[in-house]
Amino acid sequence: MRGLLLLLLAGPALAGGFSGHVAVEVRGFFESGQPGDTVDDNVSLSAQPKWQWALGRDDEVTLELFARLDEREGRQHGDIRELRWLHLDGDNEWRIGIDSLFWGVTESRHLVDVINSIDRLEGLDGEDKLGQPMIHYTRLTANGAFELFLLPGFRPAHYADVEARLTPPLPVAESLAQYESADEERHVDAALRYAASLGEHEIGLSLFRGTQREPEFRNGVRDGRPVLIPYYPQMTQWGLDLQSIVGDWTWKLEAIRREREDGDFNAATVGFEYSFYGILESALDLGVLLEFSADDRDDEIFDQDWFGGLRLVFNDVQSSEILAGLLYDADRHSRSLRIEASRRLGDSWKLNLELQTFSAVAADDPMKLFERDDYLQLELAYYF
Amino acid sequence: MFKTILMALGLLLPLAAHAGEAEDRGLEIARAAKAHDRGFGDYAADMVMTLRNRRGDTSTRYIRIRTLEMENDGDRSLSIFDEPADVKGTAMLTWSHGLKPDDQWLYLPALKRVKRINSRNKSGPFMGSEFAFEDLGSQEVEKYHYRYLRDEACGESRCHVIERTPAYKYSGYTRQVAWIDPEGYRLRKVDFYDRKNQLLKTLTLSDYRQYLDHYWRPGRMEMVNHQNGKSTLLEWKNYRFRTGLSEKDFRSQALKRLR
Repeated sequence: MRGLLLLLLAGPALAGGFSGHVAVEVRGFFESGQPGDTVDDNVSLSAQPKWQWALGRDDEVTLELFARLDEREGRQHGDIRELRWLHLDGDNEWRIGIDSLFWGVTESRHLVDVINSIDRLEGLDGEDKLGQPMIHYTRLTANGAFELFLLPGFRPAHYADVEARLTPPLPVAESLAQYESADEERHVDAALRYAASLGEHEIGLSLFRGTQREPEFRNGVRDGRPVLIPYYPQMTQWGLDLQSIVGDWTWKLEAIRREREDGDFNAATVGFEYSFYGILESALDLGVLLEFSADDRDDEIFDQDWFGGLRLVFNDVQSSEILAGLLYDADRHSRSLRIEASRRLGDSWKLNLELQTFSAVAADDPMKLFERDDYLQLELAYYF
Repeated sequence: MFKTILMALGLLLPLAAHAGEAEDRGLEIARAAKAHDRGFGDYAADMVMTLRNRRGDTSTRYIRIRTLEMENDGDRSLSIFDEPADVKGTAMLTWSHGLKPDDQWLYLPALKRVKRINSRNKSGPFMGSEFAFEDLGSQEVEKYHYRYLRDEACGESRCHVIERTPAYKYSGYTRQVAWIDPEGYRLRKVDFYDRKNQLLKTLTLSDYRQYLDHYWRPGRMEMVNHQNGKSTLLEWKNYRFRTGLSEKDFRSQALKRLR
């Protein structure tokens, strides 16, 4: 342990570098929560340091850690986001260890992105991920890349205590998690991806076979009390992502077919972003986003949903940006508004604002659970 | 006064008489400048960008640049951001073309995402600076229509002064006036006129050094915005030519392996 600490401290001197950020976050809710929710407004601290060691021209080791300290014990957690060795051999790349990655193009939903489990204690947008153990081979081609993944085991999702906000109404019994595979969370998953840039088009084709990262929930009992038991089925998922630039329009598509023991289903998100540059005779750019999501599953939040958004980019010294998006469920008539804004302060600080509201109509709407959880969050981060 | 009018007439008359000639001469100078720079192969350099507002507050960015010369197309370039710290590791890949819009990708390290971006926005500011994307792009001959204006003293040399009118769409300028010295075809100064044909910015290039006994590169580029009082200074350091970069280093999928 002491050796590791010394290595971390000496790391930057070895070549490569030390970077990352620490942040303080304040979150306030507009209403009191569901019966049983005891925690309201809260303050928390997070840190995400990253070390990189270059070992010659073709090798590099990266370590990125994440920790959150929170008033609420249930949200307090740490994770190894990245601990991997990168080896370059001409057009071949090997990444071995814990890593995370991103697939896809759309803004409102990330359908094809299935390698990493989502860090559900962090945010609702699915962009915070738990580090995934992997052997990842990439072969670069003239205009794209072919990738092969071997994923020994996966990281089950963690859920905050039931007393917390933005949680299901019943406790999630993580320790009672059930798996379709007899290997449980140690099942070895595999994936393939081919991605290419063809003129104005970006195309990605992917295939994943293994444990579904997000659980289904089953009702159960623990110590005589009702709980939700996570169930992780096996799945085969075919994915397609496409992005095309046509004039000022950027068209996007993500489509999947997921095959499971209990039935197959398809889902897709399609949309565009149209940009107005230098509006009002200023440096401001305005992007208009519209996306539609369809899902064969009825109980999904995104079964038939529209997403409309506005992205304001100020192009100023502070890199100020605002993204406002409204999600509208076309058959259940529920709405969720999300506003994200950020601005650099000085050279090293960054202020992030996040506002999210939920409004559900139908009692069977999955969004109903969050109906009283509208919140405003401010984060001040220091980058080094 | 009389002398000024006479000088102005002296300048204008030949232009009026031989409008086509001035255009041919301008194009000839632009071609000669491009021809002089041909064959550099590739280079890497470090760029320090200092943004200064009207009150004199400054903000600094550190960017590493890699550029590859292409035979029959615009240059390809990579910009890797080291500071400010919140964008550390962000990289931008640009395949510039003549009149066709550039191909551009952004690598976002926090999300590990390579994002294809729409590059139509040529007139937008680069990193909040007074440089627009179009000011920093690869200078291809076909990007402008040219007109020779005059020869004029510039420092110790005597420069060709030419007018460049953007031939590509979505430019923020009606025209630019450029001072180029005939010895090394070095760009010394550029005046930028906005869409209303008002003087918007002046770029001054200095501290030129010659590399490989042939190619000139400026050590300083200062852009002053006359309308908002802001300025941006680019200091170029550590130029290295023919570093062995190839097309393979400028592939969008290679952004994830950058260091």
